[in-house]
Amino acid sequence: MSSENIVQVINYVAWVVGIGLLLWLFIDAIRVETTYDRELLVSSVEGEIEKEIMGHEEAAKY
Amino acid sequence: MTAEKKQRLSLLRVLGPMHIWALGVGIVLVGEFMGWNFTVAKGGVFGALVACWFAGILYSCVAMIDSEVSSTVASAGGQYAQAKHIIGPLAAFNLGLFLIFEYSMLASADAIVVGAVLQEVHSAFNTTAFVVLTIAFLTWLNYRGVHTTLTFNFVITAIAFVTIILLLFGGEFWSPGKIIDTKTFYADPGGGALDPKAPYGWLGFLAALQFGIWYYLGIEGTCQAAEECRSAPRALPIGTMSGLITLLIAATITWYVGTGLVDWITLGSSAYPLYDAALNTGKQWLIVALFIGTVLSCLASANGCINDASRAWFAMGRDQFIPRFFGGVHPKYKTPYRAILFLVPIIIAFGYTGLLDQVITFSIISGLLMYAIMPINIIRFRRLYPMDSIRRGYVYPFHPYPAYVLMLFAAGTFIAIYFGYWKNLVAAMLFYLIASLWFVFHRYRMVDRSKLYTMPWPRPKGY
Repeated sequence: MSSENIVQVINYVAWVVGIGLLLWLFIDAIRVETTYDRELLVSSVEGEIEKEIMGHEEAAKY
Repeated sequence: MTAEKKQRLSLLRVLGPMHIWALGVGIVLVGEFMGWNFTVAKGGVFGALVACWFAGILYSCVAMIDSEVSSTVASAGGQYAQAKHIIGPLAAFNLGLFLIFEYSMLASADAIVVGAVLQEVHSAFNTTAFVVLTIAFLTWLNYRGVHTTLTFNFVITAIAFVTIILLLFGGEFWSPGKIIDTKTFYADPGGGALDPKAPYGWLGFLAALQFGIWYYLGIEGTCQAAEECRSAPRALPIGTMSGLITLLIAATITWYVGTGLVDWITLGSSAYPLYDAALNTGKQWLIVALFIGTVLSCLASANGCINDASRAWFAMGRDQFIPRFFGGVHPKYKTPYRAILFLVPIIIAFGYTGLLDQVITFSIISGLLMYAIMPINIIRFRRLYPMDSIRRGYVYPFHPYPAYVLMLFAAGTFIAIYFGYWKNLVAAMLFYLIASLWFVFHRYRMVDRSKLYTMPWPRPKGY
């Protein structure tokens, strides 16, 4: 097998693995979207951690 | 724990200083393997050193300022979140865009280089296949969890850094003239030929500045991980500062071995300067090491860029500056999975174009625009939240002078970019102006302002 052919095989493997990984991600994302409540997925709020670790005693909103 | 808290998803707090170091240095280190050498073409070997120091001062200011603000604003989005709290929504929106374009363009550029490096090995390698594979693999890693992503980045970044040290030792720096030969390479050829030390004088030094930032571009990305640190007030300053020190050492060694192993004309136009430097040592093991270092530095950079761009996009989605949909968190992996996936086609599309210089220039301009706003950010931060009003993880010294220095140096670099890429600069400014108009007259009306500021901070001084 010439080096040219070996490189061609590596190219095909790169395409298959790359597209396979992306497909895996999209299938998982679709599974999450159809399994979980939409509001739960966007329920993250800024400042949750701050309340725990920063310990600002005079916490007040703007 | 309240019932409300149990139903809330948040990013996972698993990162320590090591991961922050890996994120910051990982994004940047590729700049030592390529890009910095264009300073030599513009300013000669001394111009390259001045650019290295100049950019080093600029980024020391960036790292110090960022460490103070981000150790207080422990939120995903980094500079975006900082600006939202300190300056206002429009500045935050722009900073969010700067971050996304800086990092997604850099990720595209890294993937282009991985493909190009492999094509150097054998011309039959399909660059597009490896651009897709690189982005797909790193996206998969980012999607599955931040701890694994940045532990992986730590390993490959450390290996890439070690290859730079190997080049220094392989060049036998303790015997000047044997392999690393600055005396010969810096010598003025005379007879009207250009002097390698400073071929275009002070103007060349100024022109070199635009490429000097390659030595450190992206270190400010450490802030994006603030929300995922076990202790942001500790991890961010330690990780960012140790990262900057690593880069200052790497940049100095890179300049020394690069200019001492390759003549200035070849070096100034080289695509892979450290690899070329290794070739000139004639040591096969060193050539293999630097090839590995070049590829790993690209992977580490793209990996960190995907991490950072997705956090900025996620934070903007969470605040509804873009559709709230993008503020989604994966229920199992606790990553901003929608933001990560959304950026994939954009990064691949820019990578597919293969326009490395255009992609990189847009990334650099976006980064510089951010540096121009950072001094305003820190000055307002100190004014709104004086020292006793809020707990800081780190207090940067000599305020406000580093902010003024950053402002001055950013302006100098803008002038340098204007000379070389004025069309790109104008195009980028126009793009951000149109985006700002869209935000002010359309998007901001949809934002629920009552949910915009949820940090448990004290009221700012004067409000």
